[in-house]
Amino acid sequence: MKNIDYSAAPLLKVSGLKEYFRNSRTYTVKAVDDISFEIYKGETYGLVGESGSGKSTTGRTIIRLLNPTDGSVEFAGHQIGGRRLSHEDEKFLRLNMQMIFQDPEACLNPRKKVKQLVAEGLEIHHLYKDQQDLDDKVARILDKVGLSAEQANRYPHQFSGGQRQRIGIARALVMNPQLIIADEPISALDVSIQAQVVNLMKDIQQELGTTYLFIAHDLSMVKYISDRIGVMHLGHIVETGTTDELFAMPVHPYTRSLLSAIPHPNPAIEKTRVAMSYDKDEEGVDYTKGTYHTLSMTHTVLATDAEFNDWKQHTTY
Amino acid sequence: MTEYKKKDKKDRVLSIRDLNISFSTANGVVRAIRGIRFDLFKGETVAIVGESGSGKSVTMKTLMGILDANGHIDSGSIDYTYTEADGQSKTVDIVKMTPQQVRYQLCGRHIAMVFQDPLTSLDPTMPIGKQIMEGMLEHEHISKEEAHKRAIGLLERVGIDDPAKRFREYPHQLSGGMRQRVVIAIAVACNPDILICDEPTTALDVTIQAKILELIKSIQLERNISVIYITHDLGVVAKVADYVAVMYAGKIIEKGNINEIFYDPRHPYTWGLLASIPDVEVKADRLAAIPGTPPDLMVPVKGDAFAPRNAYALNIDFEAEPPMFDVGGQHRVSSWLADPRAPKVQMPQQLRERIDKMLAEVDKAKEATVQ
Repeated sequence: MKNIDYSAAPLLKVSGLKEYFRNSRTYTVKAVDDISFEIYKGETYGLVGESGSGKSTTGRTIIRLLNPTDGSVEFAGHQIGGRRLSHEDEKFLRLNMQMIFQDPEACLNPRKKVKQLVAEGLEIHHLYKDQQDLDDKVARILDKVGLSAEQANRYPHQFSGGQRQRIGIARALVMNPQLIIADEPISALDVSIQAQVVNLMKDIQQELGTTYLFIAHDLSMVKYISDRIGVMHLGHIVETGTTDELFAMPVHPYTRSLLSAIPHPNPAIEKTRVAMSYDKDEEGVDYTKGTYHTLSMTHTVLATDAEFNDWKQHTTY
Repeated sequence: MTEYKKKDKKDRVLSIRDLNISFSTANGVVRAIRGIRFDLFKGETVAIVGESGSGKSVTMKTLMGILDANGHIDSGSIDYTYTEADGQSKTVDIVKMTPQQVRYQLCGRHIAMVFQDPLTSLDPTMPIGKQIMEGMLEHEHISKEEAHKRAIGLLERVGIDDPAKRFREYPHQLSGGMRQRVVIAIAVACNPDILICDEPTTALDVTIQAKILELIKSIQLERNISVIYITHDLGVVAKVADYVAVMYAGKIIEKGNINEIFYDPRHPYTWGLLASIPDVEVKADRLAAIPGTPPDLMVPVKGDAFAPRNAYALNIDFEAEPPMFDVGGQHRVSSWLADPRAPKVQMPQQLRERIDKMLAEVDKAKEATVQ
């Protein structure tokens, strides 16, 4: 079991983060609408939700692939959230935060060898003594993700999907980052390979103490890797808690509908089971009116007072 | 658990025998399908499970006459039995027909397909109503008014509100789940006998997935259609299938009815697949992964294709290809472990515990219904 110090200052502190896309004079997409959460050193924070809920946008805004509309993001003592990013803070961010993308096919440059792909970050930041040192570093990381040294001279198309995702992980790891944002790293992979990649990410965390922000839509996989989970819907975090809390006593109807949508591999039961459905408008839930209600130290729900009392009755403790 | 009755040969819609398909590529010949044998009966739901590259989509494309140009059917037969308009039963061998004949005579009218991504399978420049009418006008020679009426009926049937208004809308105006409903409406427009669903819910959100599966199921019951699911999601299989065929490297390595496959799997690959599903109720630190990657079919397979990834492989697995062993009921396994001379090997402990737990759940549910 991992030992995470929750009393220490969080590694990443996101507060009031907003990301709006202004499509026209009259229409603005509020992809991320005022969300706050913290990630502590050494833990894995899972962010789940359906497509369009803003979970990927959140990840991209934190790592500054997108510029935030509003809100603050504090990362290991550096303010990386504002509209302007100072040169010094940006350098710190690029060195200490890395990303793993969803589609391993699209995120690797097809014209570069694996060796070059993995070494790119080191080269940009001059993090090696000489060529020998660079080669050693690359070889060590490739070995860690389960690729052999002779594969370093190959091109991405010569690898299978699972191996390509390993290259993506190696590329993020080689910088020895404090935080890795993994944006749906397993959705594009086959079932038998998904488990391999999740296990690899867990092993690396155990060895190096890396912190993850794990973005996914599949709650059952997230459960395996996450210590805490935030459930996003339409730009809001509607419920957050430790993995055990969320699975044992989900309060928000959206969380409950997500949990009930996980198919069980038990045919005799699954055949007759009807999944719970949730429609925000039908139930008259307005996220902007809700405030965060605390159930325990780590478990909070976005709701109005009336909704909170109503939902709590449905939950079995 | 539902008892499985023996199927009557009369009800057989499709029978595939010893099918071999290869693709010629710039790097050599890929033997994508290596001897498949499989039956489909009226009103039955069959799920074909396998990883990408295992040949599940190729088999179904052959059925629809849309095999890629570099693909070649080396041997085998696909006998398809259908009832003609005058009520006579007719059997044709799809392998002997040209792709054009298959497309004109069978596609849409008798065999229809739902593809994975609804956005790419719909025409972006045509209103959805018109796309539903297309097949009916082509195959059934009915008037436009009649087709229009039926299309609106279909839209309503698949659960789209205000069908008369939606009829004139374009695919981009609909959400992903709605689009997939339209694709299903198009597929069942001409009352096909066989509906092939190629990963129908992979591109959709989990919350919508269940609803689409329930829709396909209700339409199937209503019209007595046989449905073939191609999927790699065993959760989906558990929900919909009567019969399961597990494919690996172009072969069916295990097949049987749903209870046999889920409660009594015999092939180590099926064990691996079942064990790698994350179990929501059990607290475990590691997922049971299948090591390695699927084989490259460019290289001729010697012995059992799964042997290099198989922790339970016997010496003979590397030498000779295992035949299909009959292990009782409808259950067939292509693994030397099923040979009477093989040592008795038990499935992994973790999986055994999970299956026992599932069986206990089933018993509990049964008791609850009795009371």
